[in-house]
Amino acid sequence: MPEFGPNQFVFLLHGAVWTIALSVLSLVIGAVFAFVVALCRISGSRTVRAISAIYVQAIQGTPLMVLMLISYFGLNILGVDVPALVGATIAMTLYVSAFLGEVWRGSLLSIPRTQWEASECLGHSRAARMRHIILPQAVKISIPPTVTFMVQIVKNTSLASIIGFVELTQAGKLVNNSTFQPFVCFLCVAALYFAVCYPISLWGRHLEKQYNVVR
Amino acid sequence: MAYEFDFSFLADHWPRLLQGLWLTLAMSGLSTVLGFLIGVTGAIASRYGSPAARRVAYVYVEVVRNTPLLVQVFLLYFGLSSIGLRLPVFATAVIALSINIGAYSTEIIRAGIESIAPGQIEAAECLGMSQSQIILRIVLQPALERVFPALTSQYVLLMLATSVTSQISAEELTGIGNLIQSETFRSFEVYGIVALCYIALSLVVRAGLFGFGLLAFPRRRRLGTDL
Repeated sequence: MPEFGPNQFVFLLHGAVWTIALSVLSLVIGAVFAFVVALCRISGSRTVRAISAIYVQAIQGTPLMVLMLISYFGLNILGVDVPALVGATIAMTLYVSAFLGEVWRGSLLSIPRTQWEASECLGHSRAARMRHIILPQAVKISIPPTVTFMVQIVKNTSLASIIGFVELTQAGKLVNNSTFQPFVCFLCVAALYFAVCYPISLWGRHLEKQYNVVR
Repeated sequence: MAYEFDFSFLADHWPRLLQGLWLTLAMSGLSTVLGFLIGVTGAIASRYGSPAARRVAYVYVEVVRNTPLLVQVFLLYFGLSSIGLRLPVFATAVIALSINIGAYSTEIIRAGIESIAPGQIEAAECLGMSQSQIILRIVLQPALERVFPALTSQYVLLMLATSVTSQISAEELTGIGNLIQSETFRSFEVYGIVALCYIALSLVVRAGLFGFGLLAFPRRRRLGTDL
């Protein structure tokens, strides 16, 4: 039986690389959809608002773990045999779009009503108002909560392990299965997650303070 | 699409799903209560404790908040059994979830405590209230009232997070879903139903906590308003 040694740790590091890859992928793709969700949530049309609200409720009311299973098996019954990475990315994208979309909706709505009205009085179209007046201000407000949310993304990629994607947690499970040293193994896994997440947390808190001072 | 949906498994398996639903509720209810108590203790320690206590509270919160729940659950489950301590799965799950939600509660309640204006505490001191009276009546009660909406969201997320314990074979909703799936091979339908159950549960839990808030805080102050 192999002992937990440098080889095992390197294997964990490989897993960590995939954790980061999946995190970046889901942040980038999820952000696009989150932006759409945020815009739909404040749309002028009541139907669009209602549909997007139901979407957000449904995704926020389902555990990410179940989303992973549904997207993975759902693709399978469509007849496409997809790699676990694709299934995990789809589930993470759904998750990010609903949660980050709500965060960004908050940022958009925190722009004072008068800014929207003034822009309208100047004869801006809806698109121009968004592009030139609201977004530049809202983006600034949304940066600290978005950074804080990145920690959630990194942590939640651990759930991709249940559909067999070998990221950090799954790598930890594999190492544990061969070494039977759960304490060392999962402590290393936890330490690696901490090493990734803690700096992001500190960064987010720093940004929050900075923003509050400016305001 | 050649696939045909088949929900006939529901006829045989719905009592098990209901059982899983119940276990999910029991697990999240118990961890919420325990986590809340940890949170209050942690928040008071990190605000009024000795420097050492503050340090401990800080490390606890940061370590828990910057590692995934799944890894915490594995660490506790496999770790405890490797040192010869074998607890039932349900107990392990509740301990792991309580430790996890305790850290989030600590952070939220601490924010509430910090939002109490110093003048309130000074006024209470002038009235001759004791230290414990001040912490309980002047600081903690209004602080909890203010952060109650944030706590509610966190506890709904906790209820969803109990699904993680299916990985240590707890037979809560997701765990039951896994079992039914392995017997019927109707994975998509099974997890679809499980998802609907969770959505319903999250609405129920949210409504329940909202009602509890109305009862517990009759004055209903809003977050950020001055006392």
